[in-house]
Amino acid sequence: MSLMSILFIVFFYLAVSLCLVGVTLKVIQYASTPVPLKIPTAPAPLTKLGVILRMTREVLLFSSLFRASKWTWLFGWLFHWALVLLFIRHLPYFWPGETPELLRQAEPLKYAAFPLIFGLSGLLARRFFVDRVRYISSPSDYLLLLLLIAIAVTGALMTFAHFYPDMGMVYSFTEGLITLDWSELPSEGVFMAHIFMVFILIAIFPISKMLHAPGVFFSPTLNQTDDARKKRHISSWAQEKEKNSKGG
Amino acid sequence: MAKFDIPKLETYLKTPALKSDAMSGDGPFKANADMQKSLGFPGEKVDNWQQVAIEKMGETISKYRSIPVFLDACVKCGACTDKCHYFLGTGDPKNMPVARQDLFRSVYRRHFTFAGKHFPKLVGAKELDEDMLDDWYNYFHQCSECRRCSVYCPYGIDTAEITMAAREVMNVIGVGQKYCNQILGKVKKIGNNLGMPEPALRDTLLDLEKEIEEDTGVAVKLPLDREGADILLITPSADFFAEPHIDGLIGYAKVFHQSGASWTLSSYASEGANFGMFIGNYDIMREGALRIRKAALDLGVKRIIVGECGHAWRVAYSFWNTLTGIGGGASDEYALQLQNQLDQNYPQPQHIIEYTYDLIQKGQLTFDKTKNDHRTVTFHDSCNVARGSNMGGIENGQFILPREVIKAVCNHFVDMAENTIKASTFCCGGGGGLLADDLLELRVKGAFPRMQALKQSEEKSGVNTLAALCAICKSQFTKVLPFYDFDPFMVVSVHQLVSEALVLSEDHSQEEVELYNDASTAE
Repeated sequence: MSLMSILFIVFFYLAVSLCLVGVTLKVIQYASTPVPLKIPTAPAPLTKLGVILRMTREVLLFSSLFRASKWTWLFGWLFHWALVLLFIRHLPYFWPGETPELLRQAEPLKYAAFPLIFGLSGLLARRFFVDRVRYISSPSDYLLLLLLIAIAVTGALMTFAHFYPDMGMVYSFTEGLITLDWSELPSEGVFMAHIFMVFILIAIFPISKMLHAPGVFFSPTLNQTDDARKKRHISSWAQEKEKNSKGG
Repeated sequence: MAKFDIPKLETYLKTPALKSDAMSGDGPFKANADMQKSLGFPGEKVDNWQQVAIEKMGETISKYRSIPVFLDACVKCGACTDKCHYFLGTGDPKNMPVARQDLFRSVYRRHFTFAGKHFPKLVGAKELDEDMLDDWYNYFHQCSECRRCSVYCPYGIDTAEITMAAREVMNVIGVGQKYCNQILGKVKKIGNNLGMPEPALRDTLLDLEKEIEEDTGVAVKLPLDREGADILLITPSADFFAEPHIDGLIGYAKVFHQSGASWTLSSYASEGANFGMFIGNYDIMREGALRIRKAALDLGVKRIIVGECGHAWRVAYSFWNTLTGIGGGASDEYALQLQNQLDQNYPQPQHIIEYTYDLIQKGQLTFDKTKNDHRTVTFHDSCNVARGSNMGGIENGQFILPREVIKAVCNHFVDMAENTIKASTFCCGGGGGLLADDLLELRVKGAFPRMQALKQSEEKSGVNTLAALCAICKSQFTKVLPFYDFDPFMVVSVHQLVSEALVLSEDHSQEEVELYNDASTAE
């Protein structure tokens, strides 16, 4: 096996491990940090069911962002949903053995590449041209968008612009990563660039703002039920404090 | 009139172009050593302040989940950038919610994240140096903790939480704000923000009783420290002396009188507002709430009702149960004692608006609405009521109930533009510990979006009365309205409107009610 193949294979496992371990640690940190006060924000749901509905609206529809800025919503929502569709579209590459019928029909999802690139470009344009957004942007904010755009463009090139890699080799390489039956890395430059950047994206997930993905579920302003008068909400450290100061 | 430019009211609210450093400066007056020490903070900036500050940040991150989640999750999408009233009124980019958070976030990244430790330039991580601390002090005192940004953030990031955390860190290193800390010292010592002792309070209430009797011919009482009363009223101390607040207090008294309730104020817990929240200090906030708990236990009341005060109501509604067990559903012994005493047939605590609303629903109050016919009223949703509480236990009750009360007592009511009310309401510009004279420019500019909406309603519907249910809103509007060529007397308490329309009847005097109650118990 070529050195390059070995490097890519190692990098894949490294990236995935970093991502899993990092995100797990972050989730553990969030979950184990107390929420001392009830701070749901308006419009605050009064019941658990209400919270579930609110969270669903936020995660699937980006409802708060829609209220805030229609353009950012349009670009952001298209980008995220296109990403989900393209993720599904990529599953056959990693499916060990025979691809299920349902996934084989996922082929047309490849067209999600266009809304993906459109959405990302829109977000990037906002960073450049809206003075307020430019002001709050760090180099990492531009770089992450550029990274995603580059991944999308290299992917689209392989699908729509005749930069076809050897699909047989692609399948055995990607499947091999899952089945631990490693094979030679396809040598087309576009393909190598594509997966290399994806590995980087995976690796930096837990040390970047991509933490908003697990973070949103832990946001107390969104996930709390507005029932402070009915139910006593108290954190572990506050309870400790009460024990130490008898009768308050 | 002023030494600064007053934003011009135009037809529509425009997002300003960035004006870097438009509001740079030294920030509000700092607390002196005595004020700091009275709250248990260092008297002056400690020598190793950077180390202490970073340690305190670490502690906060480990105790409040909102902080690490909010600091990590922001993707700098810009949704919040045009939502803060201080940004809209000043154009200073550091008044954009995300930029304000970034003052804190950049230090967090430098000291608490992998990327910020190793690639600070890449991710905008910065050291907490003198310049940064100056920016913290200045710009975390240009946030009124109104939470408007949190409504628009896709992750619910609430800048108020960051502001509170930053103020707490600053207090711990000995850099506190005079306005908040001086007031908190007075509450601690005397029981209210004014430092008004019991005899003065008693005199004030007696004067008010006289005034009401002269006006109406009815002996409406304002009892103080009356043991065995059913209801303890906790209201902001501004209600005892400030205009137009005091007319609201008269309104509560008349409603209690008319409903025949036995109620009392407390000289020990004579403050509804809890500035402990403004500085993000759990212990001080709890101490304030414990005064109310103690008063409730000492007086043996069955209900606690909170007067018109935005931040007070947020603390009461959302935090009291946590802090002191005033509420329901506790399982621990600590809270049970109080909960057993309080009548759980009513929400605990309850807002005076909820109380009046219930009476209106039951048809127990009679109004002469024509008394308010000279008014076309609009309602300012106070930020902390709107985004930090509820009323009536129904979804959006905090928007519905006050409006229903106003409509029950006024014939002419109109709302301001939809994106400036309810969950999207703009802060008055003086909340969160910023109602200080040394912050006048900020207050005037921060009021701009509300003034804009008010102007629109004035032109469109002839609005001449602005009703509010928060002591800070009322004080702030009275002060800043003239800067925008409005009449400062157009601000009223919701319960002033109630007071003016309420038809009082003689036969509900307290003594008679007691006789009646005694008689019915005897049966």
